[in-house]
Amino acid sequence: MSVTGTNLPRHELLALYERMLLIRRAEEQLAQDCAAGKLPGPVHLYVGQEAIAVGVCAHLEDRDWITSTHRGHGHFLAKGGDLGRMLAEIYGRAAGICGGFGGSMHVADFSKGIIGANGVVGGGIALATGAALAAQLDGDGKVAVCFFGDGAANQGVLAEALNVGALWKLPLVLVCENNGFSEFSPTATVTSGRIVERARPFGVPGVEVDGNDVLAVWQAANVAVRRAREGGGPTLIEARTYRTRGHVEYETTFITEPYREEAEVQAWRARDPIPRFASWLLNHELASSQELEAIAQAVAQQVAEAVRFAESAPEPDPALARGSMFVNPR
Amino acid sequence: MARKRLIQAMNEALFEEMERDPAIILFGEDVKASLFGDTKGLWKRFGPDRVRDTPICEALISGMAVGAAAAGRRVICHMMFGNFVYTGMDAIANQAAKLRYMTNGQIKLPITFLAVSGGGRSAAAQHSDAIHPVLANLGGIKVVMPSSPADAKGLLKAAIRDDDPVFFLQAAGRGGEPGEVPEEDYVIPLGEAAVVRPGREVTVVAIGSMVRPALRCADILAREGIEVEVVDPRTLVPLDRETILGSVRKTGRLVVVDEARDTCSFASHIAALAAEQAFDALRAPIRRVTVPDCAIPFAPVLERAVLPDAERIAQAVRDTLAFGRSA
Repeated sequence: MSVTGTNLPRHELLALYERMLLIRRAEEQLAQDCAAGKLPGPVHLYVGQEAIAVGVCAHLEDRDWITSTHRGHGHFLAKGGDLGRMLAEIYGRAAGICGGFGGSMHVADFSKGIIGANGVVGGGIALATGAALAAQLDGDGKVAVCFFGDGAANQGVLAEALNVGALWKLPLVLVCENNGFSEFSPTATVTSGRIVERARPFGVPGVEVDGNDVLAVWQAANVAVRRAREGGGPTLIEARTYRTRGHVEYETTFITEPYREEAEVQAWRARDPIPRFASWLLNHELASSQELEAIAQAVAQQVAEAVRFAESAPEPDPALARGSMFVNPR
Repeated sequence: MARKRLIQAMNEALFEEMERDPAIILFGEDVKASLFGDTKGLWKRFGPDRVRDTPICEALISGMAVGAAAAGRRVICHMMFGNFVYTGMDAIANQAAKLRYMTNGQIKLPITFLAVSGGGRSAAAQHSDAIHPVLANLGGIKVVMPSSPADAKGLLKAAIRDDDPVFFLQAAGRGGEPGEVPEEDYVIPLGEAAVVRPGREVTVVAIGSMVRPALRCADILAREGIEVEVVDPRTLVPLDRETILGSVRKTGRLVVVDEARDTCSFASHIAALAAEQAFDALRAPIRRVTVPDCAIPFAPVLERAVLPDAERIAQAVRDTLAFGRSA
């Protein structure tokens, strides 16, 4: 791990650890719920990628904007979204953050700057660029961060956003989470060259970072977010990571052809960002094992309470299914 | 009142609204050069922060409109030609039309998309589609189609002030048409149809560009002693069903004229509404006058052959009046 230059105070380091663990435990809960047939719809889990959302969002305030992906629970929680209301949403309850109208792929909380998860691969890129334009015009140092995957990097809109972002020096940070898979296709089979280098022809700085190292992500984001806030324009960060779970839970029930080797998954599990950061904290005597255990217990309790809240919440009223398409229907 | 072209009326509305509300920004392709004239002079008046030329990248600019609106701006996004909307369709269909609903009304998206729609100018198949049925079917997009300069100004102001995504479609062949435009600040509420010519015998509902040939048809038929009532919906979403159905109940006969292709034209929707909700009042089958299910051709003589005109509308009206008489 590369702590040099972070100079983070101990309580902030522990907060990074706590947030990663919260995302992990929440999603382990969802994996169980899915296996138990308790979830009405599909979930795409972020397990193994937590260091990226947490390392980036540590630099953001509520007023800053993020757009996310179909694998969006981690971004939602890292940006300060409420766990109980997120779970209630995924369970399809009225108390959900979107009232049960959105589900897992559309968790959003505009009061926290979370424009939302997005069911369309690459769907958030243009939205973040637009939010960055609004932020630039507001002139108060806000930034927009776009999380997207290696699959989305192959959507043409990324080139369009790099072009306009560079041309207008927008306060935009493009964070590509290269998790090795474009849904069920290994990245190498559908992607040419290195994604980080796609920034270069536009004159946008491109940084590749170990996405399983929360401090490395933190440092890269620190530079990129500061540049954006100060009017220096966009940055592309490619965070290299690995999707240790499937594209979507329960995929083994319908996938006809395996698309990866179990040995590869195991090798990446050994680089799991959470135990890795825990060891680093212990080795540098920045936390004791008792402290980390206390954090784990507090997180487990938080998840249990959120589950209780979500499970006991009533379902939405079907009479209200037409929802709110318009502010002014007429 | 002053006589102005439709495109000038739109230009006035844009000037007045951007003057009135500093939160409005306008961006799109060639808005500075303004090939149609609707955005002429805005860049000079309001500067590059509020009025920006974008690259030709509809997938990005339609999505930027959503992102900027979500982040608190009131956005006018110029997509140029209706056919180019297809390139920007993800942000329109999947984001603009759904973001408010999916997030349980957490946000408003005050966006006005501008585009020229329809044919009549030998712009050929990839610049002449009438795109309103596609947009109206998305559910979360309001669709406005003015037929006169005065309506264009009042409806564009309403679209800009509206807190929902609105497509304002200017008919390709109608931008130069003159008409009386009030000087004062006025708004025509979305969702209010206009009976542009009253009559007793047949209702002709004409959409956007089709209002003018429908009025010409009414003149032709008046000379034959036939009284036609012409109804202009003005906005398709929201649709003023009461005015349309009220007219049908009065006349008992309906012809719907639409520049869209026949299959799933907006005329089909209006016809279905009348069949479901005013069946008891109908004295003849509903007739639709639409574009055949082909692309829009280039050569003027070919294009005229597929676009509805006054004579085709008149024939449909005569047919509906003849129903039951020969039997």
